[in-house]
Amino acid sequence: MKYLGLIFANLMRSKRRTFLTVFSIAIALFLFCTLRTVITSFEASLRASQATRLVVRHAASLVFPLPLAYRERLSRVPGVTGISYGNWFGGFYQDPKNQFAQFAMDVPTFLDLFPEVILPAGQAEAFRSERTACIIGAALARKYGWKLGDQIPIMGTIFPGEWRFVVRGIYTGQTKDVDENTLFFHWDYLNESLPEGRKSLVGIYWLRIASPDLAASVSGRVDALFENSPQPTKTETEKAFQAGFISMIGNVQLLLTIIGSAIVFAIMLVTINTMMMAARERTTEIAVLKTLGFSDGLILRLVGGEALFLSLLGGGLGCGLAALVFRESDFTGGGFFPNFRVLPETVLLGLVLAALMGLLSGVAPAVQAARLQVASALRRVA
Amino acid sequence: MAVPLAYNLRNLSARKVSTVLTALGIGLVSWVFIFTLALAGGFQSALQATGSHANAIVIRSGSTAELTSIVAREAAASIESQPEIARALDGAPLATHELVVLWNLERKNGTQANVVVRGVTARSIALRPKLHLVQGRMFRPGLEEVVVGKLAEARIAHCTMGDRIKLAGRQWSIVGVFDAQGTAFDSEIWGDVELFMPVFDRPVYQSVTFRLDEPSHFGAIQKRLEADPRMSVQVKHEDEFYAAQSATLATLLRGLGLFVTLVMALGAVFGALNTMYAAVGSRTKEIGTLLALGFSRGSILTSFLIESVLLATLGGLLGLLMALPVNGITTSTMNFASFSEIAFRFQVTPTMLLSGMIFAAIMGALGGFFPSRKAARRVIVEALREA
Repeated sequence: MKYLGLIFANLMRSKRRTFLTVFSIAIALFLFCTLRTVITSFEASLRASQATRLVVRHAASLVFPLPLAYRERLSRVPGVTGISYGNWFGGFYQDPKNQFAQFAMDVPTFLDLFPEVILPAGQAEAFRSERTACIIGAALARKYGWKLGDQIPIMGTIFPGEWRFVVRGIYTGQTKDVDENTLFFHWDYLNESLPEGRKSLVGIYWLRIASPDLAASVSGRVDALFENSPQPTKTETEKAFQAGFISMIGNVQLLLTIIGSAIVFAIMLVTINTMMMAARERTTEIAVLKTLGFSDGLILRLVGGEALFLSLLGGGLGCGLAALVFRESDFTGGGFFPNFRVLPETVLLGLVLAALMGLLSGVAPAVQAARLQVASALRRVA
Repeated sequence: MAVPLAYNLRNLSARKVSTVLTALGIGLVSWVFIFTLALAGGFQSALQATGSHANAIVIRSGSTAELTSIVAREAAASIESQPEIARALDGAPLATHELVVLWNLERKNGTQANVVVRGVTARSIALRPKLHLVQGRMFRPGLEEVVVGKLAEARIAHCTMGDRIKLAGRQWSIVGVFDAQGTAFDSEIWGDVELFMPVFDRPVYQSVTFRLDEPSHFGAIQKRLEADPRMSVQVKHEDEFYAAQSATLATLLRGLGLFVTLVMALGAVFGALNTMYAAVGSRTKEIGTLLALGFSRGSILTSFLIESVLLATLGGLLGLLMALPVNGITTSTMNFASFSEIAFRFQVTPTMLLSGMIFAAIMGALGGFFPSRKAARRVIVEALREA
């Protein structure tokens, strides 16, 4: 540790180079964190899913609804302790580009089955008691500047026409992974307004089960119950349901990983180059240090330590910047990534990568410096 | 007088490791640039090419995709009897009504996909000139047979010629494979619409598509149909309809790509700056000599700038070479606008390659400017005296 001063002095010698190197590493790690967060924000729904909740949908796909009559039969299945249901509304606010999720939910059971949706005192009651009421997530309220009592017009694409909802509650998530970009309103209101042929149809049923261990047996029982009906069901844990949804998005994760690796690799090459140039310029100095009795191992550690220090400094800056920017900005990528937040794991992974980059880029110049022949090095310059 | 180009080339080859590392760094940036453009471009052109400008598609007003659209039988019949619709050889209108459902199927890699299952009529193929059968035959109306697009065949499990696929509780034989030249239809499964309606329990169609007899008649038929109170529909050019479906995701992909490459380019420019500063620093004596020989400061600045741009262009060339194999790789995603699986190919175009090269050269020029200016401002005597 006593040589920290020497490492530091070496870094300060060409301030411009140190600055440029640190910043290019910071940029690489900033990008790495951003891309990694795209992936983890897709997965936020997995982390937010409850182990004691099952999702029941039509076996073919979400596009096909289930009859409301299933409600009674589902709630009688042994192991089921609660049931709620709802429909994906699929509308937009003013312009199709303004994407966020809207669900028509059976309100009396909804708040009971979704304890992660937290409403301030009194708002739950206000939501329950008014037919055209809705609640919105805190992030959504910030984004469009909506307040309690505002009327929100939503254009339906599945259920045509303009629908107006009054904001009676602004919810927050129990954990940070809960999506705060959704609008929930009364399923009854939707149902009443539909023409005869489209009434009493449910997109998804949610079942609460007494314990996560019951998931497999309850799912099996439910699907067996409706197996030979015109509307067979597919029941799975909420987590499996979300995972299936994510897998539809396809190779995005792989593509982002490829791009992320290319970035880190590119900057690593640049850093290696810088470290080698720095070492080359100091050939005489290193020879002098050796003459003074510095061992090969110590020289190796000094040059390597310099690279490590540079990388960690840059990595810390880049990861920190990413965490800060995306925490402050409510960025949702046009509604595609409703939960864009840099996780602590991502920052940690970034720092580990930075350290690896530092070690790798330090190896060549450090070995070069350690192997330096004193006599020839001194002669070369003189 | 200009400093000879050979001077720069020799300098680059004298410091091989440094040259290669910097060029590779810049090359990777331009590779990412081309890669993301090819991704967005491939996705967009798959959807854009799906529609034809000569065709018009009718869906329910307020819907943004076929999936959420409803066109009743009576409405479809009255749309298809409009006078502006082109006629087939047999005199019947060149129009079709189709049913679209999404079916959850497994990809070959075990993940899930929402595949478009489309009920079609005998006219559907005639309306899509890009589409033709490459294997087997067309399904026979009234039988439990389907044909599949070539990308569905390649990516979805149990979806090859001769397989049987389970849809709506029945087993369907796959009797043919069609090639729709990379369009969205390539990811679909097609069967007989009249059989699909009872089997899938759908009493209505999702869309009506027809060929216009004269492109200029579009306005008239659009106005008449959209004003008709018996149906609540919108009429669009087929190509514009599909292009609109790709807009959101393609914009997002391009935005992400641009953001990543611009930020990354900044990092690479910093790297180039480092390299060129070092190059200038280690050649102080040479610069002094050049000045003493009578080369002007302007030509020294130009010379170093050229060296930097050469280095970056070399990198761009590397990036270009790495980007070429990306062309044609198939991938798939869920198109959020239609909620359905769409497979598409990365599309590397000459324009993208050229943009990548220009992008690299700009990085080189930016990274080389300040170091070159520093070189040009050397004072002869001091430069010559330095070690």
